[in-house]
Amino acid sequence: MCLAIPALVTDLSDDGMAVVSLGGVTKTISVALLDEVSAGDYVLVHVGYALHKVSEEEAQRTLALMAEGGLLDSELAEIGEAAS
Amino acid sequence: MKYVDEFRDRALAEKLSAAIHAEADPARDYNFMEFCGGHTHAIFRYGVQDLVPANVHFIHGPGCPVCILPIRRLDDAIELAEMPGAILCSYGDMLRVPGSKRRSLMSAKADGADVRMVYSTLDALAIARANPDRQVVFLGIGFETTTPPSALAIRQAADEGLENFSVFCNHVLTPAAIRHILDAPEIDPEQAVRLDGFLGPSHVSTVIGSKPYEFLAEKYAKPVVIAGFEPLDVMQSVLMLIRQVNDGRVAVENQYTRVVTREGNAKAQELVDDVFELRPTFEWRGLGWMADSALAIRDKYARFDAEKRFPISEKTAREVKSCECPAILRGVKKPKDCKLFGKVCTPENPMGSCMVSSEGACAAYWTYRRAETLAEMALEAAE
Repeated sequence: MCLAIPALVTDLSDDGMAVVSLGGVTKTISVALLDEVSAGDYVLVHVGYALHKVSEEEAQRTLALMAEGGLLDSELAEIGEAAS
Repeated sequence: MKYVDEFRDRALAEKLSAAIHAEADPARDYNFMEFCGGHTHAIFRYGVQDLVPANVHFIHGPGCPVCILPIRRLDDAIELAEMPGAILCSYGDMLRVPGSKRRSLMSAKADGADVRMVYSTLDALAIARANPDRQVVFLGIGFETTTPPSALAIRQAADEGLENFSVFCNHVLTPAAIRHILDAPEIDPEQAVRLDGFLGPSHVSTVIGSKPYEFLAEKYAKPVVIAGFEPLDVMQSVLMLIRQVNDGRVAVENQYTRVVTREGNAKAQELVDDVFELRPTFEWRGLGWMADSALAIRDKYARFDAEKRFPISEKTAREVKSCECPAILRGVKKPKDCKLFGKVCTPENPMGSCMVSSEGACAAYWTYRRAETLAEMALEAAE
């Protein structure tokens, strides 16, 4: 629960929600905590909310490290298992 | 150096390790508390301890929201889940934590309560919309990172007129807990832990910034480095702390500059301030009652406050005897000091919260240091 995953924003809607691509998984999240977000931005996603924007370079670096440590799979499993 | 291969950037890890070895003064000890369970987990998963000299010690702090929730509040959550017609939504980490009489939300679910694991407050809102004739309660736990999502959910419920949604608020604040640990020696000398600096929580600081930790340097003369969660971040942060200690400097430094600013996320802070207010006092497992250390829902959103909406009985919580989680959360003891560790207490059969949560110190020792810890315990018992 403590980790945040960088994700690519692929689509935005007017109600503060966005579609993001998270390690190949598509997920709808809230971007209401951020001021300006555009499609193509990378954001740090924590429990379904974008907390901060990150650069693409930082996002790729973090995702690669998380994947190597096995953290990415467990975080994605948590997202997948939860009720929706 | 056996874990170096697991780093993406082996060369950088080796360079950092060499720098730490070169700069750490062998004539002294360095005791650094990592407040956050995410750091504890990273330190063990990547074997960071093996990449630093033996006189650099990691003291595991109380920064795991699952671990510090007192049993009494968990018992309350189970009671809410068992209300007729209720649906209790919780992050997955909480489900297996044993409450009084070792009863958990999972066992309540097995007994017929409608307990649902959610990834996000957005999921809890969706469940409330889909079940207008049921009362949906979200178990809100966590530090400053999970608080804005709870605040937004309450605002969203208010905007939609979603009257069957409420939050059982257990959100807590990191700076208050760190202050408490540093004040503890004055209150009770037996609780004294020697600390030379802190690895500050990073994702918490994406929200509140690094500014709220400046009191640590100013009032308590403790160096702080806000550290990212990746192993290279932790190692770089340790080097930054060692340099501060060696130079006699005391400052709040930010290793995680690529994400954290001094001011944090102002929009999230305003939202939290609109929905929540400070509780005069709140109980933390292991740390006891602490003033101004947690949040409650403001009166203007009282109808979304599960504590005000539903009668919760006064209960006496029962901790498992001999479980050393409270002392481990204060950094006073280590998992090897608990006689239950690895014998009756395992992740499959946890006695306390430190073993349940993967961010807990006992679970980290179990997963990554089981053999060494059990051997140390046997040796100490023989002495």
